[in-house]
Amino acid sequence: MTQPAIAAERLVKVYQGRPAVDGISFTLPADSLTGLLGGNGAGKTTTIAMIMGLLAPTSGAVRVLGADMQRERFSALKHMNFVSPYIDLPMRLTVRQNLMVFGRLYCVDDLADRIGVLVREFDIHDLLDRPTGRLSSGQKTRVSLAKALINQPKVLLLDEPTASLDPDIADWVRARLERYRSESGATILLASHNMNEVERLCERVIIMKKGQIEDDGTPARLLQRYGRLTLEQVFLDVARGNSGIREPVL
Amino acid sequence: MQTALSDFTDSLRRIAAMVGRYSYVMRGSWPRLAELVYWPAVNMLMWGFVQTYIGQKAGYFAQAGGTFIGAMLLWDILFRGQLGFSISFLEETWSRNLANLLISPLRPVELAIAMMIMSLIRLAIGIVPVSIVANVFFGFNVYGMGIALAAFFMNLILTGWAVGILVSGAILRNGLGAESLAWTVMTLFMPLACVFYPVAVLPSWLQTAAWMLPPTYVFEGMRALLIDHQFRADLMIEAFALNLVLFIAGAKGFAKLMDAARRNGTLLQTGE
Repeated sequence: MTQPAIAAERLVKVYQGRPAVDGISFTLPADSLTGLLGGNGAGKTTTIAMIMGLLAPTSGAVRVLGADMQRERFSALKHMNFVSPYIDLPMRLTVRQNLMVFGRLYCVDDLADRIGVLVREFDIHDLLDRPTGRLSSGQKTRVSLAKALINQPKVLLLDEPTASLDPDIADWVRARLERYRSESGATILLASHNMNEVERLCERVIIMKKGQIEDDGTPARLLQRYGRLTLEQVFLDVARGNSGIREPVL
Repeated sequence: MQTALSDFTDSLRRIAAMVGRYSYVMRGSWPRLAELVYWPAVNMLMWGFVQTYIGQKAGYFAQAGGTFIGAMLLWDILFRGQLGFSISFLEETWSRNLANLLISPLRPVELAIAMMIMSLIRLAIGIVPVSIVANVFFGFNVYGMGIALAAFFMNLILTGWAVGILVSGAILRNGLGAESLAWTVMTLFMPLACVFYPVAVLPSWLQTAAWMLPPTYVFEGMRALLIDHQFRADLMIEAFALNLVLFIAGAKGFAKLMDAARRNGTLLQTGE
């Protein structure tokens, strides 16, 4: 049996006596695209931060590609990458400089070629010599995605990747993610409260509420379980504590 | 399969990546470059003229005055060595890039080495021209100290780096609210390190505290060299031993502060 790409085991994170994540467990197989849904304060960002090793769990463990992220994270980090609108690339560096710095940090071979591929893939040729701080939101997103794919990660974590983007750019981002996943077989975990996005992209959805996993299944299964037509309706049922039409969870 | 050699070369690549990152920022900002030279030059001119004025008097006092420029140069090595280290770290917090680095394969020790290299580069840009000014305007040739200068430099830069590492840890743990430490912490050293006066000037109870600081040995050694023409190797060895302790304490302190930041979630929030 192949090891899961991500394995969270009874993860708990408590801040000042209040649990932000309260004993969640899940595994994500390789070559999967999973959505992590939940409202504000549900624990999505905290969960992702623990998976990345940025945040130490209060208890429990998380393994990525078999490596314990509290003790062995460097062996996994070279195969991971991350996108979030809340974490910036150095604004004073040009796009080209940023890609070179991160390419070297990830020890990417044939870095110039790899940057060339990403430049074409994300259509950022005209942005290369512009300071990153002078890009529009959509341009920054494209550059951040290019940086996130510079090391062709096996595990890609995305925290609200299309937040504050217009629908055109957001759709573009989703298409690129789908393409990357299908070409590379990477494992993608996407935290979002954009239900349409999750419904379109994800083959599995984990719904969090108040630090716990409220439900977990394919979009079709969740829709059936709650008797709803859209994931947004399912999400509202979960958020409001409305069980709707529920099948027993097996 | 990863070998020790490939691990080592990967480590060098990551260090070079970070040196490149900071160099790009420095090269792209003329105010940052100007600031490296401007402040040391102004200080040098001011103390140089003070020294000239005092040197017009006769006797020991005049000789002691001849140490002001040397003291100022060595103080700048200490102060700017620490500041150059801390500024590199602050660049990451200002640009909200720290999380990007912490989720990359970059090890903390590699980041520290890159910041030490940048500290040396910034020092070179600032101090070398100022040392030339000191020679041209005031006839003070710091390089005339010879091997002693290397010993002074090594001990001062080690102290600067040790303090820089601790300050970086404090910023990690407390966010940019601790930024002012980067600019001011070294001034705490100044009275006790006896930059411009011998340790004997201090009351006896403060002398004990002064002798606990590595820079004190350097400045006493500088005065011994310039006034008595004597190189005190014993002072340099004692300074080095204290620096080792300070450096290890700084590294351990940083590791503890990093662990605390990881537990408290402040790595996610570096910024105001």
